[in-house]
Amino acid sequence: MDMTTSDTWTHVCSVSDIPRLGSRVVKRADGDVALFRTTDDEVFALHDRCPHKGGALSQGIVHGKTVTCPLHSWNIALETGDACAPDEGCTLRFAVKVDGDAVLVRFT
Amino acid sequence: MNAPRLVVIGNGMAGIRTIEELLALAPNQYEITVFGAEPHPNYNRILLSPVLAGEQTFKDIVLNPLEWYEQNGITLHLGKTISRIDRKRRIVMAEDGTEAPYDRLLIATGSQPFILPVPGAKLKGVITYRDIGDTQAMIDAAQVKRHAIVIGGGLLGLEAANGLKQRGMEVTVVHLAPTLLERQLDASAGRLLQRSLEARGLRFLLSKATTEIIGNDAGEVAGVRFKDGEEAEADLVVMAAGIRPNTTLAESAGLHCDRGIVVNDTLQTYDPRIYAVGECVSHRGVAYGLVAPLFEQAKVCANHLALMGIGTYKGSVLSTKLKVTGIDLFSAGDFIGGEHTEQIVLSDPASGVYKKLVIEDDRLVGACLYGDTADGAWYFKLLREGRRLGELRDRLMFGESSIGDSGVQGHNRAASLADSDEVCGCNGVCKGTIVKAISEKGLFTLDEVKKHTKAASSCGSCSGLVEQILMSTVGTSFQETPKTKALCGCTERTHDEVRKAVREHKLLTHRAVYEFLEWRTPNGCATCRPAINYYLVATWPHEAADDPQSRFVNERVHANIQKDNTFSVVPQMKGGVTTPDELRRIADVADKYNIPMVKVTGGQRIDLLGVKKEDLVSVWQDLGMKSGHAYGKSIRTVKTCVGSEFCRFGTQNSTQMGIDLETMLANMWSPHKVKLAVSGCPRNCAEAGIKDVGVIAVDSGWELYVGGNGGIKTEVAQFLAKVKTAEEVKEYTAAFLQLYREEAHYLDRTVHYIARVGLDYVKRKVVEDAANRHALYERLLYSLQGLPDPWQARIDGQHQREYIPIKVIA
Repeated sequence: MDMTTSDTWTHVCSVSDIPRLGSRVVKRADGDVALFRTTDDEVFALHDRCPHKGGALSQGIVHGKTVTCPLHSWNIALETGDACAPDEGCTLRFAVKVDGDAVLVRFT
Repeated sequence: MNAPRLVVIGNGMAGIRTIEELLALAPNQYEITVFGAEPHPNYNRILLSPVLAGEQTFKDIVLNPLEWYEQNGITLHLGKTISRIDRKRRIVMAEDGTEAPYDRLLIATGSQPFILPVPGAKLKGVITYRDIGDTQAMIDAAQVKRHAIVIGGGLLGLEAANGLKQRGMEVTVVHLAPTLLERQLDASAGRLLQRSLEARGLRFLLSKATTEIIGNDAGEVAGVRFKDGEEAEADLVVMAAGIRPNTTLAESAGLHCDRGIVVNDTLQTYDPRIYAVGECVSHRGVAYGLVAPLFEQAKVCANHLALMGIGTYKGSVLSTKLKVTGIDLFSAGDFIGGEHTEQIVLSDPASGVYKKLVIEDDRLVGACLYGDTADGAWYFKLLREGRRLGELRDRLMFGESSIGDSGVQGHNRAASLADSDEVCGCNGVCKGTIVKAISEKGLFTLDEVKKHTKAASSCGSCSGLVEQILMSTVGTSFQETPKTKALCGCTERTHDEVRKAVREHKLLTHRAVYEFLEWRTPNGCATCRPAINYYLVATWPHEAADDPQSRFVNERVHANIQKDNTFSVVPQMKGGVTTPDELRRIADVADKYNIPMVKVTGGQRIDLLGVKKEDLVSVWQDLGMKSGHAYGKSIRTVKTCVGSEFCRFGTQNSTQMGIDLETMLANMWSPHKVKLAVSGCPRNCAEAGIKDVGVIAVDSGWELYVGGNGGIKTEVAQFLAKVKTAEEVKEYTAAFLQLYREEAHYLDRTVHYIARVGLDYVKRKVVEDAANRHALYERLLYSLQGLPDPWQARIDGQHQREYIPIKVIA
């Protein structure tokens, strides 16, 4: 499994291209992906749609390892894509690898 | 390597609530063991009365089912009473020999019913009313026995009496005092209550001291004898003459007790390893017997167990409600009153309504309501906030609906709503949904209801109504009663404390604030970050760092996000005045970028809706106009009428006045949005009466009004001052707005700020003190000096990457 999927890592940007506690959007035909960077320079990637009403998570405020959707303030965990209780829902998550300064995302 | 061990003695509401709060803060901090003397998981003791009355079953009132303990890795010992605490070896021992070592111990042993020390108190058929076991005993007794005497006319006694009556018994309540519920009601309300309970078939013997319980030959109860020599027959006696903190165990362990286990403001006992919460506790000399204070204690205690060490418990204000269906009574605070208080009383005995409000020093300090309690939550709120009544006083007695409140709570009352009636218009939440969430999920606070149902979580205008529903559903005093509210879940600090620290310690960065004020989270949350960002830039203009990542998207991007994630663009049109050239450019931009809607706004300008984020900067460039700040907690517009230039009634040039004000206030950030209007005559076509600052021209000068609001709840602006010159209009306006900028809590509109500090205070600072007014004016001008137009700054390349998506080449 790992061998086949490891081929599909896509280099998207440098870590420094994403603001700390901020986000950048990767435009894709299959739906935009939001990249998030924490204060510790961890990078996460989620489908840029809140499970609630489709708000662009990339536009939300990032705190700890959570982003708050700009439309109705749902909190989404960056690590899992799950909505934080008591809200229920989940947004698609993509694997991210940081190699030096390079951010690699597995879109499949 | 092993986690420290936390042992909890007491599996009731206070102890388990503490654990829940602790798990939320620090899920894996402790290995937790809980001992409960009862054979049941934690249940809602408040709801025993509905169980007794047959309105609910035990299953309905369980708060934490056994699976909850399992899921959270808690070792649970049911039916095991702890008989000894060995503080030297740090071990607790149960009656059956079970031992558990601890590193931290939490005592939550609750209270026990007070048994009158009279002969016969141990006879068969004499029971107390404290737990589900007692409740079941009463239910069983009601099936075979006929005459019940309940000793005690307090909350518990009356609820027991009502339950037994509902189960078919003949019930007499014996009470020492001359009126019922004398700790919750004054004498007038107590008598009304007595009358309506008598109408339900209960009998009362008041001013009666019980001296003996009489038994028969079989050792069963047969009656009660009183001090005056009279007797009454009974085959069931319920002792409900009060509760006493259960301190036996703590005392035997040598912990200092004085009518309760004595704790400090962090809920710590005299042994620093041992904490105590709930009804067993004596805090600042008070032992609480209602649930709200217990939950506040739980929160603080959990904070300290989680080693955060910042919360303190300072005592609670209480309110009461009787859980007898169909009887409405409410009381809070000092409802008896004294030498220094005044009273407003409404008494209508024929229709069974009695209301008494106690006022001291222009503040509501107590309320006692009988028959119509719809405004209980509102009075309780006024009481907790301790806010000055001022003009409110005249209409206080007539309730919240009388104060011109056109919001939801004005014409709807919790009790009269049907389940399908909408309570929260923003999120479409009906009463039934709220009631269901409260009972099924065991919610007790407004915050919890907001989180679970979303009701009152958007505009907040239905908060009062949701609070009423919460009260009528849960029944007794349930809410948390913070006198000052924490800024958010990341801290115990209030807005005022944060503002003060930023000012006095010259904090210039978010990091400095979090460190100095010991934030619980590494970088705040979506609630506190924008607030702190505002406090930083407003307190230290040109010095503090404005952090774009701590601003809500609209203020970061300088456009308004819409439901489909596009943005709206509103260029500045000072005073609502535009030119053919500007209109042509707007039209061209709308064509070029396929803008789906062009709309005239309420603030006299033009909104371009549906702009893609990546087009924003070029749209601004093509418009060649400045930002209208229609997206920020900031200056919005100055609405004007045409004034003396064209209008035959106009007395002053209101249009130019509006333009001048909008020019002066350009780029001003504020605690919430700020809207102004200038009308050229008292006909007030610019609607200055509902603006944060409204200016109305009269022949002899200008009238200034402040604190108006046309939003969620319409508020008419209040008269601030009358001035002569245009320069004075600018100075007074700027001074008032600067005062608001310096002192208001983030997200308070001017109306909320004025309600908090009082209009008199504002007048003192802005109108009466010329030197202070001028200083405020200067400080505002200094804050705004040299601020660039944000659109132009971005056209010039600032924060460029914000607007540019990353493109992946496949």
